[in-house]
Amino acid sequence: MSGASSSASPWPLWEVFIRGQAGISHRHVGSLHAADAETALCNARDVYTRRGEGVSIWVVPSAAILATDPDDHDQLFDAAQSKIYRHPSFFEVPEEIGHM
Amino acid sequence: MYAQEVKTPSSRLRSRSDMCEQECAFQDKLDAGTKIEPKDWMPDAYRKTLVRQISQHAHSEIVGQLPEGNWITRAPTLERKAILLAKVQDEAGHGLYLYCAAETLGVSRDDMTADLLSGRAKYSSIFNYPTLTWADVGAIGWLVDGAAIMNQVPLQRCSYGPYARAMVRVCKEESFHQRQGFDIMRVLANGTEAQRAMAQDALDRWWWPSLMMFGPPDDASVHSAQSMAWGIKQDSNDELRQKFVDQTVPQSDFLGLKIPDPDLIWNDDEQHYDFGAIDWHEFYDVIAGNGPCNAERLGARCNAWSEGAWYREGLKAHSDKQRLDRKAA
Repeated sequence: MSGASSSASPWPLWEVFIRGQAGISHRHVGSLHAADAETALCNARDVYTRRGEGVSIWVVPSAAILATDPDDHDQLFDAAQSKIYRHPSFFEVPEEIGHM
Repeated sequence: MYAQEVKTPSSRLRSRSDMCEQECAFQDKLDAGTKIEPKDWMPDAYRKTLVRQISQHAHSEIVGQLPEGNWITRAPTLERKAILLAKVQDEAGHGLYLYCAAETLGVSRDDMTADLLSGRAKYSSIFNYPTLTWADVGAIGWLVDGAAIMNQVPLQRCSYGPYARAMVRVCKEESFHQRQGFDIMRVLANGTEAQRAMAQDALDRWWWPSLMMFGPPDDASVHSAQSMAWGIKQDSNDELRQKFVDQTVPQSDFLGLKIPDPDLIWNDDEQHYDFGAIDWHEFYDVIAGNGPCNAERLGARCNAWSEGAWYREGLKAHSDKQRLDRKAA
């Protein structure tokens, strides 16, 4: 047996997104390895939709995703915490007005 | 369980005074119930423990295909065959969900495979027992998958997000596995004398190994405290084992089968079943590689890897060629 890690270069990692039903957006469900995009789609069908979980699949190379850094969390997201006037519940609606 | 011997780097529970500021903040986050995600800072020991646990769990799913796969070609009806095929395919799927969760911790799939094939990584002791008759397929679904569910349901609340999410998917599918096993046992238990004897024989052989799946008793489980503080483990081995016994005995009574334990008795004060002593020598012996099928199981995985090499290389060559063709066009 040759060691598993001796393979020349590992298959790239793909992130899998599935639309559960028409009318809702694709949602991240997991990832898998495949040599190319077409095989990734086939594998995603077998791994993630064995019980009718999807009507459409996207696969995206994991390496193509740029993500925010958790260390930047405060400077990116804390600012929104102080702008509570962006929520309609900030404003008082007189009872006489009823629904607005 | 599917990860029975997960060692944390230290057998001592780390106290607050041992922790640096960053580690204290991490523990605060866990204590508040906030999930940890892949790019978040985490102590090295937390990462290592999770990699061990998730990869052992994944290897168990993959090796777990072998005992049942043994019966796919000999299932008694076409329907049973289709069901078993779907069940074994699910196990492969579960392995893949888990490998992908482990990879978010920075370990490569190929390295995990290498660790399994070289024997460095463990998988559950239960899969080193042989499936001698069709009733064994029933007993595995009923008992082994039943025990697995008991362990995996709380893991859906694990502190590490990707592992918890993988467990949600696994648990949704696992219930089918247990029911199909119980259904096989029910048909056999209500069948001819020979079929009933076959069901009883399977229960006799799988009962104790199933109890061992929950891992060593709590007083010998030196790594549990840290795993619990980290939210990687929610219930103790003995608690889950007791829950499994309490759940399974009435099912066995329903089938009219006898659990092979002369000490098994309902304890009215405790509202639990008391059960006999487990042979932990057998457990540690199987874990150490001396079970009835350890060599066969690992051999089958090694063969699958080396005999599948031409196919993996072929797919890679094809994708490289497509890429070159696209560039040239």
